[in-house]
Amino acid sequence: MEIGNWGLGFQVMELTNLTITQLHQGFKDKKFTSVEVTKAYLEQIKKTDKSIGAYLAVTESLALKQAEAADKIITSGKHFSMLCGVPCAIKDAILVDGEIATAGSKILENYVAPYDATVIKKLKTQGAVILGKTNLDEFAMGASTENSAYQVTKNPHDTTRVAGGSSGGSAAAVAAKEAVYSLGSDTGGSIRLPASFCGVVGLNPTYGSVSRYGLIAFASSLDQIGPMAKNVEDAKIVFEAIYGKDQNDATSKNYQFEESNINLKGLKIGVPKEYFSEGIDPEIEKIIKSAIQKAKDAGAKIIEISLPNTQYGVACYYIIAPCEASANLARFDGIKYGFSETADNLLGVYLQSRGRGFGAEPKRRIMLGTYALSSGYYDAYYKKAQQVRELIKEDFTQAFKKVDVIFSPVSPFAAFKVGEKANDPLSMYLVDVYTVAVKLAGIPALSLPAGKIGKLPVGLQIIGNYFEENKILSIASQLEQLF
Amino acid sequence: MISKEEVIHIAKLARLQLTEKEITKMQKDLSAILDYFDLLKKAPKLKTQRTLRGQTSQSLRADEIIEKPASMANNLVQAAPDKKDGYVRVKAVL
Repeated sequence: MEIGNWGLGFQVMELTNLTITQLHQGFKDKKFTSVEVTKAYLEQIKKTDKSIGAYLAVTESLALKQAEAADKIITSGKHFSMLCGVPCAIKDAILVDGEIATAGSKILENYVAPYDATVIKKLKTQGAVILGKTNLDEFAMGASTENSAYQVTKNPHDTTRVAGGSSGGSAAAVAAKEAVYSLGSDTGGSIRLPASFCGVVGLNPTYGSVSRYGLIAFASSLDQIGPMAKNVEDAKIVFEAIYGKDQNDATSKNYQFEESNINLKGLKIGVPKEYFSEGIDPEIEKIIKSAIQKAKDAGAKIIEISLPNTQYGVACYYIIAPCEASANLARFDGIKYGFSETADNLLGVYLQSRGRGFGAEPKRRIMLGTYALSSGYYDAYYKKAQQVRELIKEDFTQAFKKVDVIFSPVSPFAAFKVGEKANDPLSMYLVDVYTVAVKLAGIPALSLPAGKIGKLPVGLQIIGNYFEENKILSIASQLEQLF
Repeated sequence: MISKEEVIHIAKLARLQLTEKEITKMQKDLSAILDYFDLLKKAPKLKTQRTLRGQTSQSLRADEIIEKPASMANNLVQAAPDKKDGYVRVKAVL
């Protein structure tokens, strides 16, 4: 949209169409203020979120306060950062000081975050405006947000369907123009899957590139915070704002993001044959193949590759993640956080608080993890899964010797109906078939809207080697123009 | 098929109180999922003998003291459901 063409009588819808870069330019040119933009978004949330359910909490007073502060910086004439005054949404597993953080669970219903997550601190330093906390599957465990203890987030493109999960609220908020961008977290596909289902850009960064401090832990060797945005450029701006070494996260890495301009001509794109085997919706396959064809037409070299251990990904992931979850969720014991059941003795407090505070999915994963780690089963499950994780990692190491990036679908099908898989946990787990291997290896991947089946968006997954977010983003931004 | 007794035993280890209905459903769900895990038996053996600790950075960090504001401790205690004089109160352990 042409920013210069509108005068004072701007429409709410127009403001909510703008990207981060467009808003930044508009602030510079004094076309509108951050308070005006923030109010437009708050208005939009009031209007549409009843039917979408992206937000668990709207932090209106915080947002307006931050917008006023941003306007002060902007009008002072000093340099201001790209995210200054730009309204965003935060997944409710990420702590925002003084605001409730439920992680989608009843057990944290009244839990007020005692500090800012590092990513939030970074956004605040940039002058960001936080509109609210978004819905997720309880403790980020799920692929549809149907496991949230509070509500199901509907897909803005078809409200009879799921938004995907677990960062479904963050994806739907951006897709429904209820936020300019959002933060999600990806443990097994939780940024890329909802991004694909909702038609937004979602980046799962390399493990260790973004601090996890202040992200309520699910599976610590896999969890990673990342941006969800209207386009690739916005996702890049947010990633640049949040990445980096943090003394509060020992697994965060010291690395410098350097913008790169990758030429599609001569680029070697690997297409794993295992990702197009049985189970994929032919319509999805068509869209992804056509996306690959467009890259080929632009001069890229398409190389069929094999990731031979792909078939073990889901089983491997659904052992490792629940094992880690069973340990991480031990902290919710009725003693340290809000929800607590009274009982005659300490054990009773634990049993009842956890029994009533956790929903079905966290219980299932705690049980799975406890089982797989218990004496007599450890070797058969946990140890075996760790070995297979190495094999999967090795698959990618070998692949990246031959190719620069890998293209694949994000999901074997488009957004499914609300309720369709809700009672069959295994079928829900299998939704993650194309997203978990990336996590087990710890490499970055992005979901880029590549087409639609009817009303439903379909994402192309662009997978890169360790700390090659710059390559992925450069390729994605060029393809974005071709799709 | 995982037995009902096993489900109850694991729930106890996990400090989870489950209802009868939950136990029945858990038995069914866990059995289906564990059956699916059998797939891993077909996976090839690792050729190289690397240590298996995931892909994370393995160097231990120094045991350094990271300063936090005093208000943080208060905020953390405030989150607890039962507290007294700046302490979290728990039931007697013994």
